Amino acid sequence: MIYHLGLLSEYLKNYMKTRLTYRADFWVEVLSDLLFQVTNLIFIFVIFMHTNSLAGWSQNEVVFVYGFFMVPWGVFACFVNMWNFSERYIVKGEMDRILTRPAHNLFQIFLENVDPPALIGSLIGLLIMAVSGLNLGLPFEWWTVPALILLTISATAIYMGIYTTLTALSFYSDAPTGIIPLMYNIQSYGRYPVTIYNRAIQVLLTWILPFAFVGVYPAGLFLQREEMTRMALLTPVMGAIFVSIGLFVWNRGVRKYKGAGS
Amino acid sequence: MLEAYFDFIRIRFLTMLAYRLNYYTGILIYSLNIGVNYFTWKAIYGQGESLGGFTAAQMTTYVAVSWMARAFYFNNLDREISTDIRDGSIAIQFIRPYNYVFAKMMQGLGEGMFRFLLFMIPGMALAMLLFPVQLPHDPAAWAGFLVMLFFSFLINSQINIITGLLAFFVENNEGLMRMKRVVVDLFSGLIIPISLFPGWMSSILKLLPFQAITYLPGSVFTGRVQGVGIWNVFGIQIIWFAILLIPLFWLYRAARQRLFVQGG
Repeated sequence: MIYHLGLLSEYLKNYMKTRLTYRADFWVEVLSDLLFQVTNLIFIFVIFMHTNSLAGWSQNEVVFVYGFFMVPWGVFACFVNMWNFSERYIVKGEMDRILTRPAHNLFQIFLENVDPPALIGSLIGLLIMAVSGLNLGLPFEWWTVPALILLTISATAIYMGIYTTLTALSFYSDAPTGIIPLMYNIQSYGRYPVTIYNRAIQVLLTWILPFAFVGVYPAGLFLQREEMTRMALLTPVMGAIFVSIGLFVWNRGVRKYKGAGS
Repeated sequence: MLEAYFDFIRIRFLTMLAYRLNYYTGILIYSLNIGVNYFTWKAIYGQGESLGGFTAAQMTTYVAVSWMARAFYFNNLDREISTDIRDGSIAIQFIRPYNYVFAKMMQGLGEGMFRFLLFMIPGMALAMLLFPVQLPHDPAAWAGFLVMLFFSFLINSQINIITGLLAFFVENNEGLMRMKRVVVDLFSGLIIPISLFPGWMSSILKLLPFQAITYLPGSVFTGRVQGVGIWNVFGIQIIWFAILLIPLFWLYRAARQRLFVQGG
């Protein structure tokens, strides 16, 4: 554990050095992340200009859910960044280098791609939760902060499980898979009250690609939505299950890796 | 010379064909996107009859048509160009006897043709099975839509190429490319039809090129937004195509003078 934390701090130092070389780009990236979040908020605001409630959820509630959604997403994007995995590690054969080192290969890949600016999104998510929570008059209980931390970790684990599984597919197919960019759109639907969807999509977003567990269910706990409390409490279980699936598929996939001849 | 450019189309088409398996998942995922959007709009409509000039049925069609149009016009030219710039292979391509930008456009077209035949058409068929989509019966509407779709492709590709070429000036344009993708999806009317935005915002969006990619063709094809005729849309699309050529060529020229290879 200490060894891994040591590695993390070394990589972060390295990250700071590379980043300070391209300073302008750093701010462009932070800005573009924020803009992405702003456009999603715009969507919510535009919707509520035309309706007062979305399947029984008010604007402040939907915004609150969005705020929560941003928190684990920022943590995930910071520590588990695999967007270019296939091109960088498989096509160019960099996986060879990773596999010759002592730390676990997946952990190294996470380390090489840490992206701290993503955490700014989490901070803004907390801010959004605070503002809309105040508007709604939500009580601040003794368990609010611990629950927030636990649910954030669980939601991050769900993301990690799903994306690790999908990324591991590139060990099996020789072509770069186009699934991940497409997934990008779907994950955002978990932040709307899932009850608006039909049964099939609800099942999909709950059990197969459980993106409802990274947004609406855990947020329902803080919003004191009775019908979602049970699901919210299930979030850590889902996190554990999906992370295990992800690691299992990944470890099997790595054995398939043959290296790129060059 | 023209033959060489046709080869760019053909080769890209064949390359995409070799990797076609990826696109079967794409069709499913796009259908899912349509589904989720469909249910979101259904919840928004509730009992309401019409929003921003769209009835609930027209909104369904609009969502399906817009996503499937995106299946056609979408490409990653921005990423390809910035990769060429970053690994230095653009230097070689610049000295070859063809116009780099034009060649990229042709490759995009090859990809577009592939996406049209193996992604958009089967995807549309699936979407029509799953959701109450109502397409027009008038052949003129179809012909018009195809032409508009082609211009959507041109304008979107121009924006992509401009974003890609900017890598000459900001070195690492990853953030810029992500920002562009988000802006295009939102401001083109893919996620929300522009007529639903608040007045001041939709009047700004009407001055930008993005609406010509999704919103205008989609509105005409679904038929119901008042005051947007086919010829109007053609006009707007052609104007934007022409205007975007200016920064495109300016950037291309500036880039050729600025070229410095970052290793590789």
